[in-house]
Amino acid sequence: MRSFARTHATEVALLAVIAVICTVLSFATANFFSLGNAFDLLNTSSVNIIFAVGLLVVLIAGGIDISFAVAASVVQYGTAIALGWIGGGGWLSGLVIAGSLGICLGAINALLIHRFRIISIVATISTFNIYFGLLMFFTKGVSIYDLPEWLTDRVVLFEHEMADGSWIEITLPVLVMVLCVIATWVLITRTTTGRQLYAFGDNPEGARRFGINIGAMQFIAFGWLGLMAGIGGLVQAHYAQEVVPNALYGRELDVLAAVVLGGARLGGGKGSVLGCVLGVLLIAITQNGLNLMGVSPFAFKMIVGAIILIAITLSNTSIERLLPFVSQKGARR
Amino acid sequence: MQWVLPAAGPASAGLASPFKTVFGHTFMHQLAIAGGSEKPLLSLHDINMTFGGVKALRNVSFDVRPGEVHCLAGENGCGKSTLIKIITGVYRPADGASIEYDGETYSHMSPVTAHDRGIQVIWQDLALFPEMSVAENIAFQTVLGRWPKLVDYGRMRKIATEALERLGITLDVDLPLKEYAIAQRQIVAIARALVGEAKLVFMDEPTASLTQSETDHLLDIVRGLSAAAVAVVFVSHRLAEVLEISSRITVLRDGALVGVYPAAGMTQSRITELMTGKIFDQQVRAKSRQDQPVVLEVKGLSRPGQFDDISLTVRRGETLGITGLLGAGRTELAQTLFGMLQPAAGTIMLDGKPVRFSSNRDAIKAGVAYLSEDRLSLGLIQPQSISDNLVISSLGKVASGGFLSDERKRKLVAGWIADLGVKIGLQGDAISTLSGGNQQRIAIAKWLATDPKLLILDAPTVGVDVGARAGIFDIVAKLADAGLAIILISDEVPEVYFNADRVLHMAQGRMIGSYDPRSASLAEIEGAVYA
Repeated sequence: MRSFARTHATEVALLAVIAVICTVLSFATANFFSLGNAFDLLNTSSVNIIFAVGLLVVLIAGGIDISFAVAASVVQYGTAIALGWIGGGGWLSGLVIAGSLGICLGAINALLIHRFRIISIVATISTFNIYFGLLMFFTKGVSIYDLPEWLTDRVVLFEHEMADGSWIEITLPVLVMVLCVIATWVLITRTTTGRQLYAFGDNPEGARRFGINIGAMQFIAFGWLGLMAGIGGLVQAHYAQEVVPNALYGRELDVLAAVVLGGARLGGGKGSVLGCVLGVLLIAITQNGLNLMGVSPFAFKMIVGAIILIAITLSNTSIERLLPFVSQKGARR
Repeated sequence: MQWVLPAAGPASAGLASPFKTVFGHTFMHQLAIAGGSEKPLLSLHDINMTFGGVKALRNVSFDVRPGEVHCLAGENGCGKSTLIKIITGVYRPADGASIEYDGETYSHMSPVTAHDRGIQVIWQDLALFPEMSVAENIAFQTVLGRWPKLVDYGRMRKIATEALERLGITLDVDLPLKEYAIAQRQIVAIARALVGEAKLVFMDEPTASLTQSETDHLLDIVRGLSAAAVAVVFVSHRLAEVLEISSRITVLRDGALVGVYPAAGMTQSRITELMTGKIFDQQVRAKSRQDQPVVLEVKGLSRPGQFDDISLTVRRGETLGITGLLGAGRTELAQTLFGMLQPAAGTIMLDGKPVRFSSNRDAIKAGVAYLSEDRLSLGLIQPQSISDNLVISSLGKVASGGFLSDERKRKLVAGWIADLGVKIGLQGDAISTLSGGNQQRIAIAKWLATDPKLLILDAPTVGVDVGARAGIFDIVAKLADAGLAIILISDEVPEVYFNADRVLHMAQGRMIGSYDPRSASLAEIEGAVYA
């Protein structure tokens, strides 16, 4: 346990912060500390967690992606049209189509970055604009409400009425999210490919000298995020029961902030699935709590921004550096 | 039977290199045909390599025998690293090359083939993965391969523990590598190279950032490898080590082979001559400066845990040498004099007036300049131009009315470049295009442009070639004669011995000895420092 705390300092710190916030909120509000609310949070955070674990893989490999959220919107439209062509389809065909489209869009990013040597933030800001521009141009900003029934029907996998009358339920998005989280965890911690991604992000030149296929790393990382963006897009359409072209616009920065909060490093080589999930949950819990406390929604972004700043400062800077005279070893470069 | 090239004298070493190369090549070729008593493990012929029109290697031949420790010597940029990268498959040599290794002939290597056939490299920058665990770094080969497999962490841990055991080292293999200091990372890099059946290990500057005792330990490891029939190719700037450890020495200069020599009977000055084609004669430069006014006087300076009760004076025109092992507190002392750290007790007087620096900006204003220990990451901004680097600390001089004047900047830079004899292409070229020695000159010029009274040089020759080192100390001597007070910090005792007027020995945060190079011998000071 001691060594877990040492090697997973960020995750432990996040858990502690979440525990503190939950305690405060359960005293400050009447409804926060109920299982019903907890499951609600899980249901509403599913899409963000799916996006987040995808983005995590790109960050670990030393890249960054701004385009995935609008790519998910493109996937929603593409999938809705494709499902029309095949006459309805079902969850399986929907996920396959959405996932493949997402992988294609991710591969475009990887191609730009690897083949044309464009740094990832520039490449994905460009594709962000291109994807969103094309989407708005071709859809003229019109939403799709006419979705297949299987997609808009709520799928409740488990429900239970609590003694106090509230309902706990686990919906399909949660199941998909859990599968995505497990798959990503297996990829990055249990497969050789995942460890190569870490190594590549940590020290690209070192990885190259070992003969690791750099191009493959880019395609795997951005392809995986594309896959997650595609799946996340479909799940979001299911959750919202409509496809709105700008519904996910701006989501990329929320997710990026959560992933970085979870301990991933811009620059690569660092980050864990657990931290990433906790990062998303911390922000979701804070927003939910503020909501229940009746704080104006306009203040949310400000508060979330402040939390991210504080968390990142604490994780980057050891206490000794902040207070140099606490320890004799302090202030050594 | 020992076959070696006849050692080229200083006169012939000055000849245009193509002649030597042709000579060297044919001779080496005969050697390969005639065959020594022992067949070489690795033998290279006709290695040519060109980068952007510049020939990095010209018809180089090189051979390594099984189980020998072979030193590859040469100045920075002579082609050592390029040669290693060709042997390990990172670069592909020009057509016509032949690489014979352990009974097979290749026209070029690939990293995978080299690794599979037991060729391992410990790169100068170590090429480790700091965020990953020690176990993963050591057993990194287990996660290689084109197709995904499941990672076997148990096997990794076992491999790593065994590799460390072979070196007689215990580390927590589950901790991320970044938790360990550079010396331990070096061990990890060596352990990684020993995993699998290593037959040939390259070590590129393995001791550059190690202390003396760590270096001794490393050399023991190298001897152990050699005894276990692993051939080691050793690259180091520290010639004493080279002579101590190797059986043969291959010298390269300007991308061409100078020759192959047995280490027995070689001297440091001889290797330096072969590497540079010049003769260096080191003499004690110390002079008495007792008649000069005191520039810096430090009394009872302390910083808990770093240094304690330090008192010293430096006079105008005087070079004060401070030596001691890594971690003696030298750099912390220097940074305190430069205002980057604050002392807990004691006084600093400049020109007889007490000063208190709250930051290094105050120190620069008061006339203190500090050339940092880590030039590559702290002292210079690598991607920026030579001229921008030079004026960064003295922007006030090149500005008029708040705007930078290109004309003034150009003149100032041209003046310093001429004064210090820096070899550059254009002022606008990135600083990273310069050699280590020339970068160091730019770093010195940057500080001289601030008009300092006191210049603190912290390990000014790290990463600088033997040839260029002498040039740097010539500049230091000139600056001292011009009246600058200089503190010269180095863990290489000969550097301070030959170049300072007085030598202080620092250990565990205290000054424990003071020597005058005119009366003390080098061996006496070295004995005290390395004891």
